[in-house]
Amino acid sequence: MSAVLAVLLQLVQFALVLLVAPLVTGLARKARSRLLGRRGPLVVQPYRDLAKLLRKEAVMAENASWLYRIAPYLVFALLWLATALVPTFMTRQPLSPAADLIALVGLLASARFVLALAGMDVGTSFGGLGSSREMMIASLAEPAMLLVIFTMAMFVHTTSIPSIVDFVLGRPVGLRVSFALAVISLTMVGIAETGRIPIDNPATHLELTMVHEAMILEYSGRHLALIEAASMLKLVFYLSLIAVVFAPWGIVRADPDLAGLGIALGAWVAKIIAGTLVLSVFEASIAKMRVFRVAEFLGGAFLLGLLGTIFLYVSQAP
Amino acid sequence: MAVLAAVAVLLCLGVIAPILASRTAFPWGDPLAHDLVYLGSAAACLIAGGAALAYFLAATSAPLELSLPLGIPWMPAQLRLDALSAWFLLVINLGGLAASIYGKGYGRHVDEPRRVLPFFPAFLAGMNLVPLADDAFTFLLAWEFMSVASWLLVLSNHRQPGNAHAGMIYLVMAAFGGACLLLAFGILAGVNGTYHFADIRAHPPAGWVASIAVALVILGAGSKAGAVPLHAWLPIAHPAAPSHVSALMSGVMTKVALYGLVRVLFDLMGDPAWGWGAVLLVVGAASALYGILSALIEDDLKTILACSTIENVGIVLIGLGLALVFRVNGLAALAALSAGAALLHVFNHALMKTLMFCVAGAVQTATGTRSLERLGGLIHRLPVTAALALAGAAAISALPPFNGFISEWLTFQAVLGSPLLPQWTLRFGVPVVGAVMALAAALAAACFVRVYGIAFLGRPRTAESAAAEDVDPWMRGAMAGLAALCLAVGVLPRAVVVPLGHVVASVVKAPLPSATNGNGFAGWLWLTPLEPSQSSYGGLVVFLAVVVVTVAGAAGVHRLANNRVRRAPPWDCGFPDPQPATQYTGSSFAQPLRRVFGTLVFRAVERVDMPEPGETRPARFDIRLVDPVWTVLYAPLLACVSWVADRANPLQFLTIRRYLSLMFAALVILLSAVALSR
Amino acid sequence: MLYGLDFDITHTLGTSVLLLSFALLYQRRLSGVLEAFALQAILVAAAAAWQAWTQDAPHLYITAGITLGFKAILIPLALGHIVRKLGIHRTIETVLGVNLTLLAGVALVALSILLVFPITFASGNVARENLTLALSVILLGLLMMITRRNAVTQVVGFMSLENGLVLAAVGVKGMPLVVEGSVAFSVLIAFIIFGMFFFRIRERFDTLDLQYLESFRGDRQVDRP
Repeated sequence: MSAVLAVLLQLVQFALVLLVAPLVTGLARKARSRLLGRRGPLVVQPYRDLAKLLRKEAVMAENASWLYRIAPYLVFALLWLATALVPTFMTRQPLSPAADLIALVGLLASARFVLALAGMDVGTSFGGLGSSREMMIASLAEPAMLLVIFTMAMFVHTTSIPSIVDFVLGRPVGLRVSFALAVISLTMVGIAETGRIPIDNPATHLELTMVHEAMILEYSGRHLALIEAASMLKLVFYLSLIAVVFAPWGIVRADPDLAGLGIALGAWVAKIIAGTLVLSVFEASIAKMRVFRVAEFLGGAFLLGLLGTIFLYVSQAP
Repeated sequence: MAVLAAVAVLLCLGVIAPILASRTAFPWGDPLAHDLVYLGSAAACLIAGGAALAYFLAATSAPLELSLPLGIPWMPAQLRLDALSAWFLLVINLGGLAASIYGKGYGRHVDEPRRVLPFFPAFLAGMNLVPLADDAFTFLLAWEFMSVASWLLVLSNHRQPGNAHAGMIYLVMAAFGGACLLLAFGILAGVNGTYHFADIRAHPPAGWVASIAVALVILGAGSKAGAVPLHAWLPIAHPAAPSHVSALMSGVMTKVALYGLVRVLFDLMGDPAWGWGAVLLVVGAASALYGILSALIEDDLKTILACSTIENVGIVLIGLGLALVFRVNGLAALAALSAGAALLHVFNHALMKTLMFCVAGAVQTATGTRSLERLGGLIHRLPVTAALALAGAAAISALPPFNGFISEWLTFQAVLGSPLLPQWTLRFGVPVVGAVMALAAALAAACFVRVYGIAFLGRPRTAESAAAEDVDPWMRGAMAGLAALCLAVGVLPRAVVVPLGHVVASVVKAPLPSATNGNGFAGWLWLTPLEPSQSSYGGLVVFLAVVVVTVAGAAGVHRLANNRVRRAPPWDCGFPDPQPATQYTGSSFAQPLRRVFGTLVFRAVERVDMPEPGETRPARFDIRLVDPVWTVLYAPLLACVSWVADRANPLQFLTIRRYLSLMFAALVILLSAVALSR
Repeated sequence: MLYGLDFDITHTLGTSVLLLSFALLYQRRLSGVLEAFALQAILVAAAAAWQAWTQDAPHLYITAGITLGFKAILIPLALGHIVRKLGIHRTIETVLGVNLTLLAGVALVALSILLVFPITFASGNVARENLTLALSVILLGLLMMITRRNAVTQVVGFMSLENGLVLAAVGVKGMPLVVEGSVAFSVLIAFIIFGMFFFRIRERFDTLDLQYLESFRGDRQVDRP
């Protein structure tokens, strides 16, 4: 594979996740609306929203600092990078040695750190409320995610996604219980981190229930567009991660040919759509939790991850 | 030996400073002493640190030994510079250099400079001597010298309420730790009484004697490092000192304590039982979680940092425990990885904690307070300090691309080797310890979002923080250097990991895998602890990717989007309140986490006293927290001591005849014990 | 080593039973507890049926049938009836917090793995696993009984414990039907006795919160609502 082609495919990967992200969010909204008996907005509505925000001027609070201004760019870049590092259609790419699961968690943590600080910059009560709750949720979700990673990594002896894909595809892996626990736990973490129901409601502006929206309340215009795009990317990140780690079938591992790439791309799109639909069904069938019930939800995810790690020894006895 | 020269310079400075400063006849005495002490200390640290660095750069890695005719006549002071001590000297002097330069600016704001100037270089000298010592006597002497110098520095603000109490607690704990180490070395020396480290190394004790020695060393060094449950003094004593001294105590002195632990456990003892590794793991996990939870609920900036030191010491202890466990089980590569992670975290934490204490000092200088509830909006008033503090906060929260992430990442990679261990307890326990560490890392991010968000962002909560001015160039320079190092180590970890390979090789007798494999350009780019296919982290790649993607994103947005910006009053959902008191405070930010963890760990009770409508008294909200370690461990201990003291009290009022009979009885009992044991 | 579909299905069923034990600990509503319990019983029945198929032991089908009939359908329905009839408060008072209870549960699972693995090293993979899972379910049932204040959840904890016993019994080859029959029967008797007690307790004290029973016994003073 020539270097030019490799770089080109890497750029395709970056462009792909960015272009698909609003579509996934649109699909999730549409599906949930239909399940709730509403017609819902068009699937392409998020693109229109982003375009509208980009066209508007940005209104900033008088006492906003430089941190407030650079935060959207940083958050967007960190999440775009993290999402693009998760393999979608092929695993061997120039940047794929950076696709280390723990490093990806670190990138997400950095993005969250910057955004939580930006929420506190103007000094309004809503910003502080959002940041405080976001950090509470993250402080439980991040260890749960790391435990899922431990489960995977102890089983396959690696934290690099391409190697995990090789391992999973390389031998018949049956209904491993640890994996099942890990999937459930990672899904719970993903739901919490992307601010879906029952943790947070992405559609709400009711003061006392919002988390993410409270944090970014002061943002407008292009800054808001970037943050919205970043949270759409985060949804793709989790769907893509679950797809590539637990169901990597179809992905290209060697030198790509056109047919293989087409199949891999089709498989990825199908997996993402399936994941989005499952998420919508889940969201439509559950009510939002009280904030302090979230700790129990994520504590459950954490303990499922721990149980998964422990069950490694049951599943693969010496 | 350049290090010795530097130590001598430091000691001389300690002597000259009071002489100069006491000559009140000369109006220039004080500032001269001030400049001399801090610039001289900086130069001495530069020399000593340079010597340590030169040791790594030199082709030969044979240890340098020196015997000085000092001390007890028949026992000359033995000194030795090997890879392990060179590593710690590097850490000490980097911190010392930054603190000295910082002190050049900060020292002017100290209340009573004459109580600081003589002891600051002496403290540095003591810390430099500990890693050099090659016999138990010199080691303990240097150790106690360091303790006493730091104790005097803690007492330098003795007029502030609470500081005398802090000094008292510190003294008790230091005495306890010193006594434990004294006994430990007594056991290690054995019946022959050879205190030279080479002799101890040649004849390590075995069996239960070894176990007692290890326990005593863990107690002695652990109490100095602030490991739970011997941490109680640390959040009280460290903040009491002037900030540049706090930086040294928290960032550097805890590392000297860890040096003692590493030296004895990994070098002098043969192979302790794996159970001691498990003890280190449990203590480390407890310290990590407990430290960061306390940091989350504290209000004083420096106390928060001191609590976070407990957390980071815990992470180092986890790495050391893993190294011990892997080494005992013959897993050399993993042992090297864990030891490397721990030693790298020692280095990283020295950098970032020194930086953060410097920031705390700058905030105190600028606003006169360290209470989070009285700060706010400093990013507008102290732009340079705020930017550097952001780097420090990101580093200490273990976020890529800063350095804290590297060492935690390596520790996680070591945790993942646990299925290879033969002991079932460890196979189950190590992942749990890893989970606790993950929790601590996530809580650290929350903690420093809180610190930074409340102190530097938002609106000023008091007039002092609204009128704060940025600090002088010396202080800013020291902080900028530390922040740059934090980023540099995070971006180019291999530059540090390669010299670290020598240290690890000497500690666990196995080379650090990442230091040996992956040569060439690609090898420099990627940090690969075990196999490249297993895990890799490219600090530079991540950093450049973040920069490129940010710039590309920004350029794209600026081409596509409406670039106008309008400044307006805050929106705040339509109800902006001009009162800064309506902002989230430190305690309200911590409230969700306090609800989740605090009720469990600290038995936190929140009470709201809401006046009835029409009443004019203010509503009150108070939180009551109980430190479980105090109630479970210290309180019974104190009660016990005072009970014994009460019982022993009548002994002070006996007649001479009775005293004599007591002594006689003691003599007879001892003699009969000797007779019976024969 | 057995790594086929056979093993995987046994393993999955057993672990699902265990997971539902955790779900029982996690639930805060009585209806949720009853649903989770019914589901657990269905899975135990499925596990028994699966063992009957793999071990070619038809009597285990009877065990599966008894479990399905009594514990998956009859007892949850009856308990639901009692809850409605007595108008019991629908949320559950926990002694420890939910997370702490779950943590204790994970520790118990680790403990049972540590206990069972070394002593059953020689026996097959499936037996060892089943024993581990069954012991975990039993311990979690006990945990549920001691960490819940409500009498109904204590009964559910007891029944869940019995599910663990069934799981252990079906995993071992050659367990005679008599044993299981008597276990099932005794559980039924126990259930009837519990049910009668509920009504009696309720008549006297207007509550099923066992705290009030303790206060009646003089163990501690609780203010009556």
